[in-house]
Amino acid sequence: MQNSECFQKIKNKFPDISIEEQPNGLVIPKASLLEVAVFLKNEISFENCHCVTAVDRKDKMELVYLLYSTPNHFMLTLKTFVALDDLTVETVSGLWRSADWLERETFDLFGIKFLNHPDLRRIMNPDNWTDFPLRKDFKMEGFIPRPQSPGLKG
Amino acid sequence: MGELMTINMGPQHPSTHGVLYLELKVDGEIVVDCKPHLGYLHRGIEKIAENRTYTQFIPYTDRLDYLASMNNNLCYCMAVEKLLNIAVPDRAQYLRVIVAELNRVISHLVAIGTFAQDLGAYATPLFYAFRDREKIVELFDSICGNRLTYNYVRIGGVSADIPAGTEQYIKDFIAYERKQLIDYNELLTYNVIFLARSKKIGILSKEVALNYSITGPMLRASGVKWDVRKDEPYGVYNKFDFDIPVGLNGDSWDRFKVKLEEIEQSLRIVEQAIGSIPEGNPVSKVNRVFRGTGEAYVRTENPRGELGFYLVAEGGVNPYRCKIRSPSFSNLGVLPELIRGLNISDAVCVLGSLDIVMGEIDR
Amino acid sequence: MSTVLLKGLGCLGFIAFSAMFLIWLERKVSAKIQNRMGPMLTGFHGTLQPIADTIKLLLKEDIVPKGVDFLSWWLAPFFVTVPVVMAFLVIPFSSKWIALDLNVGVLYICSVTSICVLGIFMAGWGSNNKYSLLGGMRSAAQIISYEVPLLLSVLLVVMQSGTMSMQGIIHAQDHGWFILKPHLFLAFLIYSISATAECNRVPFDIPEAESELVAGYHTEYSGMKFAMFFVAEYTNMFIISAIATTLFFGGWHGPFLPGLVWFLLKSYGFIFFLMWMRWTLPRVRMDQMMSFAWKFLTPIALLNLLISGWFMVR
Repeated sequence: MQNSECFQKIKNKFPDISIEEQPNGLVIPKASLLEVAVFLKNEISFENCHCVTAVDRKDKMELVYLLYSTPNHFMLTLKTFVALDDLTVETVSGLWRSADWLERETFDLFGIKFLNHPDLRRIMNPDNWTDFPLRKDFKMEGFIPRPQSPGLKG
Repeated sequence: MGELMTINMGPQHPSTHGVLYLELKVDGEIVVDCKPHLGYLHRGIEKIAENRTYTQFIPYTDRLDYLASMNNNLCYCMAVEKLLNIAVPDRAQYLRVIVAELNRVISHLVAIGTFAQDLGAYATPLFYAFRDREKIVELFDSICGNRLTYNYVRIGGVSADIPAGTEQYIKDFIAYERKQLIDYNELLTYNVIFLARSKKIGILSKEVALNYSITGPMLRASGVKWDVRKDEPYGVYNKFDFDIPVGLNGDSWDRFKVKLEEIEQSLRIVEQAIGSIPEGNPVSKVNRVFRGTGEAYVRTENPRGELGFYLVAEGGVNPYRCKIRSPSFSNLGVLPELIRGLNISDAVCVLGSLDIVMGEIDR
Repeated sequence: MSTVLLKGLGCLGFIAFSAMFLIWLERKVSAKIQNRMGPMLTGFHGTLQPIADTIKLLLKEDIVPKGVDFLSWWLAPFFVTVPVVMAFLVIPFSSKWIALDLNVGVLYICSVTSICVLGIFMAGWGSNNKYSLLGGMRSAAQIISYEVPLLLSVLLVVMQSGTMSMQGIIHAQDHGWFILKPHLFLAFLIYSISATAECNRVPFDIPEAESELVAGYHTEYSGMKFAMFFVAEYTNMFIISAIATTLFFGGWHGPFLPGLVWFLLKSYGFIFFLMWMRWTLPRVRMDQMMSFAWKFLTPIALLNLLISGWFMVR
């Protein structure tokens, strides 16, 4: 299976969504993420959500989903762009349970909120922290006050 | 009983295999709910990657899954080589396979030893496993100078050729280890108490495993015959003949047995590789600092599952984004489902059979 | 009066010496099984190691955790150590060396060693720690369950020899050790398993299961109090081997060497067997252990008792 085959199948099923085919994967708009994901999982047997991550492109956030289809032996890279002033996107953890923790990690490191996620809280950094480390504008020099653990005094 | 008691199998505990904090809600001794808290070993490795050159980042990959350093190095170097189209000499490919498989053997030995210790066979299987591990660790010491974090596999090859006498040493080790495997089977695998403790405990079905994107020996123990080395071979793995051991039920005993059998298969691969290693210069000749553009994702079969590196390059000397898809992170996600309804003793058994390393979960 | 006092002091001295010897033996046996050497530097082959351990434990800071239940926590080590020492009164070291030859010797030992359960449970409860509580509860359940097969197998020996006095049982073995008789061999097997459980040794060491409960009921004890639990466990091991030797292996009977030497050889041989099991087998789970005691050992012991009793009476 190839990228172009996937592209054709999605184009045939959803003719009015603006899908782009780039050398590194398929780009779909944020609003149609969930329905394309349902289609990919049920009809083209992408039963494995291998990885969910994000890349900070300074003027927007790029969400990357790596989906794998075992019968077709094909790893699809699905991308969607999220604007900085509205960092929300639908969750796919209802379809693939592996996306549960991966989306929590993306939220923890980038600040992208996943709507209807069963338990969206930070996973690696302390729960009461307010910054998002993997953004490009994260301050790395100078003194950053250390988040306090809840039981400590002072 | 009604009232639930909260037990903290806290970050410091003899059997949580690293700094993992499990908040268990128990009713008497039955676990009703489990909430894992991660992040005690979070070092920000992905952020560090954006501030180091490609070559400078290799030692950091050692420290992800510190029991399988060679495999981590291999995956990262393959990702960079795919990104920038760098060729690798043949001898280096064979050497990479040899060290990766030997590293798989010693990683599984640790998993077996600590699993038996969690079940109460206090320290004896652990000592035997570490005694075997010591032989390989000394070999790695003579090859690359390090005992745990090797930094051996480099972009475009390896860091140095193997010293004289290595081939004979490996052949002796393979003969020795095959005898030891018989010992492990007699001591542990078919022991009545061991069977009673681990059979039918923490059964992971095929559908749940695929939905949670479980990979590695855990997936194979649930009956799915999937191994990246066979199904999407990388390097020179397609030249070797080996089997993929598969379990029947997906319980903790199957996970243990699959690991034990994988040691045998790894020894087979190393035997074939040593027998057919070509001549040449395996040392990498790539510049220390280089630039590139593009994106690449490469996954390899680590002892714990599929490790993946997603690299994004935008023309700088550092990667723009390096995402590490770690196998133990996805494998740990299924733990709350597996231990619901089990005793605390069984929860410890299941956690031991998951074989996680916190270094790659928290990164 | 003074001879009994002297004998009592002799017992205490023997307990101290025996505990030290057992510490050294455990470390050497475990080392050999694990293919290493054990203590080698303190004294010849580590023989002074127990002294070093004792000094270390004496010098440790006595940490009292916040919120402990004062009486339970402080008295628990005594409730565990004193009954074990009391049981020493009727151990027949040789035909002349026995502190007090009660004519209910066996009954006395079994009832006195049962008091240890109280101590363990007090330690678990008083520590203000969930792990200790779990360990204490598990231990109480385990010890009480395994008392039943233990007593049933000991009862068979009493029936066979016709007396409960320790010396009396040994004299009943003048013409052959009890273990050579088939029904008593089965009783010996049941006794070994139950006694291992009584002593909290692997494969029944759930109460102090290190990998699950950190250290079970003695998590919160340090220094001398921990040393008392430690000494109590090793002394308990010696007592159950001494009872096994008396009841099944003929006590101090044996050719050429004096009775005392034979007794000690047989007891320490049984202890070696216990240690061998500890470093080889994994641990049984709590519910499996309980069902094993109630659904397997107790019916077999009862059946054994019934059938042997019928054979004895007819």
